[in-house]
Amino acid sequence: MIPEIGQFALALALATALVQSVLPMLGAARGNALWMRSARSSSIAQLVFIGIAFAALMQAFVVSDFTVANVVENSNSLKPMLFKIAGTWGSHEGSLLLWVLILAAFGAGVALFGSNIPDALKARTLSVQAWISTGFLSFLLLTSNPFERVFPPPLDGNDLNPLLQDVGLAMHPPLLYFGYVGFSIVFSFAVAALIEGRVDAAWARWVRPWTLAAWMSLTAGIALGSWWAYYELGWGGWWFWDPVENVSFMPWLLGTALLHSAIVTEKRDAFKSWTILLAILTFSLSLLGTFIVRSGLLTSVHAFAVDPERGLYILGLLGVTIGGSLTLYAWRAPSMEGGGLFAPVSREAGLLINNLLLATATGTVLFGTLYPLFMEALTGDKVSVGPPYFNATFIPIMLPLVVAMAIGPFLSWKRADLKGVLQRLWFVAVLAGLAGLATWYLARGGPVLAYLSVAIAVWLLIATLREWAVRIRLFDVPTAEAMRRARNLPRAAHGMTLAHTGLAVAMLGFIGSTAWKSEEIVFVQPGSVIEIAGFDVRFDGVETVRGPNYIADRGTLAVSRNGDSVTTLYPERRSYPVARSSTTESAIRSTLAGDLYASLAEPASETVADQGAWTLRILYEPLVNFIWIGAAMLVLGGGLSLSDRRLRVGAPRRASRSGPVATPAE
Amino acid sequence: MKRAIAALPILVALIIGAFFLWGLNPDRDPSAIPSVLISQPAPEFDLPPVEGVGLPGLSRADLYGNPEPVVVNVFASWCVPCRAEHAVLTRMVERDGVRLFGINYKDKPDDARVWLEELGNPYERIGSDLDGRAGIEWGLSGVPETFIVAGDGTVLYRYVGPVVGAAAEKKFATALAQARSRDGGTS
Repeated sequence: MIPEIGQFALALALATALVQSVLPMLGAARGNALWMRSARSSSIAQLVFIGIAFAALMQAFVVSDFTVANVVENSNSLKPMLFKIAGTWGSHEGSLLLWVLILAAFGAGVALFGSNIPDALKARTLSVQAWISTGFLSFLLLTSNPFERVFPPPLDGNDLNPLLQDVGLAMHPPLLYFGYVGFSIVFSFAVAALIEGRVDAAWARWVRPWTLAAWMSLTAGIALGSWWAYYELGWGGWWFWDPVENVSFMPWLLGTALLHSAIVTEKRDAFKSWTILLAILTFSLSLLGTFIVRSGLLTSVHAFAVDPERGLYILGLLGVTIGGSLTLYAWRAPSMEGGGLFAPVSREAGLLINNLLLATATGTVLFGTLYPLFMEALTGDKVSVGPPYFNATFIPIMLPLVVAMAIGPFLSWKRADLKGVLQRLWFVAVLAGLAGLATWYLARGGPVLAYLSVAIAVWLLIATLREWAVRIRLFDVPTAEAMRRARNLPRAAHGMTLAHTGLAVAMLGFIGSTAWKSEEIVFVQPGSVIEIAGFDVRFDGVETVRGPNYIADRGTLAVSRNGDSVTTLYPERRSYPVARSSTTESAIRSTLAGDLYASLAEPASETVADQGAWTLRILYEPLVNFIWIGAAMLVLGGGLSLSDRRLRVGAPRRASRSGPVATPAE
Repeated sequence: MKRAIAALPILVALIIGAFFLWGLNPDRDPSAIPSVLISQPAPEFDLPPVEGVGLPGLSRADLYGNPEPVVVNVFASWCVPCRAEHAVLTRMVERDGVRLFGINYKDKPDDARVWLEELGNPYERIGSDLDGRAGIEWGLSGVPETFIVAGDGTVLYRYVGPVVGAAAEKKFATALAQARSRDGGTS
C-alpha cells in the first residue's frame, strides 16, 4: 500500500509541476498577479508530494519490504539500519528521486524565503524550475519507477557491496546532489532573467545566496568523496582524475567563477551576459555530472547502474535543458547592456582574470574527460586520458590564478593603483620566496615545480591575511580598535579571507602529498625492517582474527623513529565468506605533519607464502590532512559569506523601474 | 559580432551533444579493449638488450620458428603489480618449462638490472623498450601485459594486467595449454 501512495504522490507532483510550468509564466507575461502567485503554493505542494514519495521509499527500505524490486536489489534484512536508510538513494531510481526532491526543495526555498524578489521574476524563475522538474519527474515515472513491485517476493534481498557500506559513502551522494541541484535554481534565475530581458545589480544579489549554498555543498561533497576514497578504500590517493571525479569538479570550477563574476554584476553592474552564461553552464555541467556516468558514455571505476537504454531519454532531457537555454542565450544576450567601464588594473579586471582562468581550466578538464569519446567516434581508437594530461594542463592554469588571487582583493573597483599594491606586497613575496627556499633546504628532492608551488601557496596565505589585517588596520591602531573594526567588517569579507586562506592550506596539502609522497612496496618476512620517511617499520608477522561476519589476516607493524617506539599499526585483509568478497583495511597513523599508511596485499604466490612472506605497501603522505582542513575552511568561508546581512535582509530595493528598459519579453 | 559570440556556446554544446548521441549506441562498450593483434603475426620490432644484464635483446625474428609457443611479458621495475607477477612467471618457467621473453618497458637499464638482481631473472631474452616504441606496436594499454606467441610467430593470446591470483593464473594456464596443443597439432 505505502509504495503505491509513493507512486501516486509522484504522479501528483508531476501534475503540479506541469501547472507550475505554464501558469506563473503566463501570469508574468500578462501581468496577472494571481497567476504569478500560484507559483508559491505549487512549489510547496511539489516539495510535499515528492517528500511523501521519498518517505514511502525510505519506509520500504527500513522495513525491508521485499515486494519492491528496488529494495530487493539494493538491500538485505541483515544490513545495519543506517545502511538500510542510505540504501534509499543507493540505486539509480532512488538517487534520481533524491535528485528531484532537492530540486523541489530549492524551488520551495525560493517561494518561501524570496520575499524580496519581485513577483514577475520570482514567477518566471519558479516556472523554469518546474520545467526542469517536469522533465525529471516524467523520466522517473516512465523509465525508472522506484516503486515497482516483484511477484513472488523473494525471502531476502541482494546485499549492497560491502565496500559501499560506509558512513562516508552514505553521506557523500546527498551532499554532492545538494550542490549539483542547487545550481538548478541559479539556472532558473538566469533563464528567467533572459526571458525578462533584464539583469541588474539586484538580480545578482538575489541569486548570490543560492549560488553560495550550492557551492558550499558541492565543495563539501567533493571533499568528502575524496576523503572517503583516501581513508576507506585504501587507494592511497585522494584524486585520480577519473571521469566521475572530473564531472563533479567541473561544476565546482565554473560555480567558483560564477560566485566571483556575480560580485561584479552586483557591485558594478558589469559582466552581465557572462554571469548569465556561467549560471547556465554551471548547471549544464551539473546535469552532465549526474547523468554522464549512468548513461554508459564513458568508462569509470565508479560506474554503477549503467544502462544505455535510459541514455537516450537522458540525452533528450539534457538536449532540451542545455540546448534550449543556450539558444535562448544566443537570442537574448546580445541585447543586454554592458555595465560600468573599468581600467585594465582594477578589481573588475582581477575578477575577469579569475573568470578567464577558471573557465579555461574547466575547458581543459572537459576536453580531457571527453577526449576518449571524441577519439573513438572520429578514429575508432580507444584511448584513456590519465593524470599526466590533467597535471600538465591544469596546474599551469591554476598557479597563475593563485598568484593573481593574492593580489585581487587589494585592488579597488574601477581603477586601482597596482604600484601601491605591489609595494604593500613586496615583503609577502620575499617571505613566500624564503618559504620556497626553506622547503628546498629541508626536503632536498622532488620537482622544482613543488618548491614554486609551495612559494605560491605561502604567497596566497600571507597576502590574504595581510589584506584582512589592512582592512581592520591591525598593528596600525590599538588592538581593541582593530577588533572593533573586525566586528564591523561585513561577514562576506571575513568569509572571503577564510575561504582564500583555506585554498592556500589545501594547496599545501596537495603539494606535500603529491611531491614528497614516499612509497615502498616490498616482500616482508617476520622481522623485516623497512625504512620510510625517517620511520623504521618492523613487520612482526600475520595472525588470523575473526570479526562478526569476516575472517581477517591481520599484520602487526611496529613503527619507531630513531629507536623510539611511535605506534603499532594493524593492517588487515578481510574476507567475507557470505558476500564472497574481500576488502583491504589499511592502517593509518594520522598526524598534521603527514599520514603513515600501511596496507597488506596478498602473498604474491603460494611458494612465497610458505615462507611467511607478504607483500606490504607502506606510504608516507606529508601534509595530506591539510587538504581536508582547507576544504573545511572553504565551506565555512562560504557559510560566513552566506550569513552576511546584505543577503539576509533585502537591503536596497531594485533600482527605479524607469530608465532604459530592455526589449520586452514576448 | 556580438551575436556570433553569443551563439558560440550553443554551437559547442550541439557538437558535444552529437558525440554523445553517437556514443549511446548500445553495442558500444567503452571499457572493452579490443586487441587487433590476436591471430595476427607478431608486430615488427627490434629491441637492444638491457645494459648490464647480460641477456640478448629481443626482436620479431626471435618469435619465429620456435618449436613451441613462447610467452612475451611486458614489465618494468617501476610497475608495482609486476613485482607480484614476477613470482608467478618465475614459477611458470621453473615448474612448467615455459620459455619467457621480456620487454622492459620505459625503464632505466640500471633500475631494471637492480630489480632483476633482487628478484631473480626468469627471462631468456629481454628487449629494452626505453622510448616505448615497441609498446605502441604491441598496442599496450598498460604494464604488465603478457602475450602468448605461437611457434610460427602468431599472437594467440593477450592478458592485460598482472597474472596474479588463482583465477588469473588458471585463465592464463588454459590459454597456454591451448596454444601448446595448437602448435603440437601443426608441427
